[in-house]
Amino acid sequence: MELVCPAGTPAALRAAVDAGAHCIYCGFADETNARNFPGLNFSRSELAEGVGYAHARGAKVLVAINTFPTAGKESLWHSAVADAETAGADAVILADLGLLAHTAQRHPDLRRHLSVQAAAANPDAINFYAQAFDVRRVVLPRVLSVEEIAAINREIDVETEVFVFGGLCVMAEGRCSLSSYATGRSPNMNGVCSPPEHVDYATEGSDSVARLGGFTIHRTPKGGVAPYPTLCKGCFTSGDKTGHVFEDAVSLDASKLVPRLAKTGVTALKIEGRQRSRAYVAQIVRAFRAVTDALADGRDPPALALARLSEGQAATTGAYAKTWR
Amino acid sequence: MPEPIGNVTIPRLFTAPMHILPLWPVSIALSRLARNLLRTHPEILRRIDKYQNHHFELDITDLPFVLRLDPARAQLRAFRRGAAPASDARIAGSFAAFLAMLHGAEDGDTLYFSGALQIEGDTSAVLALRNALDDAELDLGAEIANALPFLAAPLRQSLAPLERLTGLHLTRADTTPEVY
Repeated sequence: MELVCPAGTPAALRAAVDAGAHCIYCGFADETNARNFPGLNFSRSELAEGVGYAHARGAKVLVAINTFPTAGKESLWHSAVADAETAGADAVILADLGLLAHTAQRHPDLRRHLSVQAAAANPDAINFYAQAFDVRRVVLPRVLSVEEIAAINREIDVETEVFVFGGLCVMAEGRCSLSSYATGRSPNMNGVCSPPEHVDYATEGSDSVARLGGFTIHRTPKGGVAPYPTLCKGCFTSGDKTGHVFEDAVSLDASKLVPRLAKTGVTALKIEGRQRSRAYVAQIVRAFRAVTDALADGRDPPALALARLSEGQAATTGAYAKTWR
Repeated sequence: MPEPIGNVTIPRLFTAPMHILPLWPVSIALSRLARNLLRTHPEILRRIDKYQNHHFELDITDLPFVLRLDPARAQLRAFRRGAAPASDARIAGSFAAFLAMLHGAEDGDTLYFSGALQIEGDTSAVLALRNALDDAELDLGAEIANALPFLAAPLRQSLAPLERLTGLHLTRADTTPEVY
């Protein structure tokens, strides 16, 4: 199975390649990708150098251009696709129908993957993207069980890629506008779920407080375990109950499910975390490479101990094996 | 099981004399280090981008002073805790946590999740600085030797044994710990 690993910077890309990534995904330093954070991402020349580094070591590079173009500003997304092809990218990861059509028509030789942001979660949707735009691989949303993934794979003729570690989006990806209500911005249009300019951390008495758009979404004892300041994992009072209304502050860790995912016909395993450092990338990639190598050799995969690196320092198998509230 | 790096602190035996240490020579040495570092790694300022004119307070909680970084002017100055001018953003954590993050041995978000690192103020500026420094793959010993050549030989001889003795990440991590 192919291991698809994140890189937010050229240093992280090199760390991922050196740690054994089969494939690295990254994005340009603008709103064309869904990890548009300050100080992160690649210039055109950095991407070309990164592709050279990866290819020289047998790894591939995928470029995420997976936000939805703004009317009147399509040229930013079109030039991103053209520049990814010029840099030698092995594929682009797209979500928008118009951008998929543009890429299929203008860059027919550039391999197209469907981003998780397209939220294609059933065979009809996936087959449409495959037939209309010759999409070769679909990144499945993190809302499906292992059995549902197996059923989908039986009815489609394209590769599937599933998330196995990292931040856990629990919404219909590419459709979630939750953060727009608090900040006016969203991951789909602006590439950021919790725009950092709207995030405010403060100390109040003995508590650390996190606010998004002025709304307090977390209050933890100072020095205690802290999550990302996202609304879907915020701690709220609803009626007479206080807790995580949407989802607990945990990360996905499906490492134990990899053998079952392999049997469903999944082609690639994806690790989330382009916003993380090169230290995180190297540790996670090395751990999951041991899992894929063990599977390829017919051995039992090693047990991983990755909770320390996770949001909330706790892990879940997400929807792969989940009973919803 | 080893102590989490965020909990490792400098023994008071070493920090006590720093309470009476005059800070102006520390500021001169640190600013020289910052100038050299930003000159030899121009990509840092490019990644910090529009936050170059921001001021960052680096509160190394087991030292008796705080550092204030002004990237645009390549200044890194020491102030007694509580006496530093206001900054746009504040990052607080132990010396061990800062070193581990700078040297690529620990992930900044992981330190934040565990409470070993706290941030306040302009979150965008903090992210820009963190990402710029992570991409630069710095080795603090090499940077100090470059800025202050008279320290090169003693650093070369002492860093590796000190690292083994203290458990601090005193050199750049080219390999990461096994997690399985």
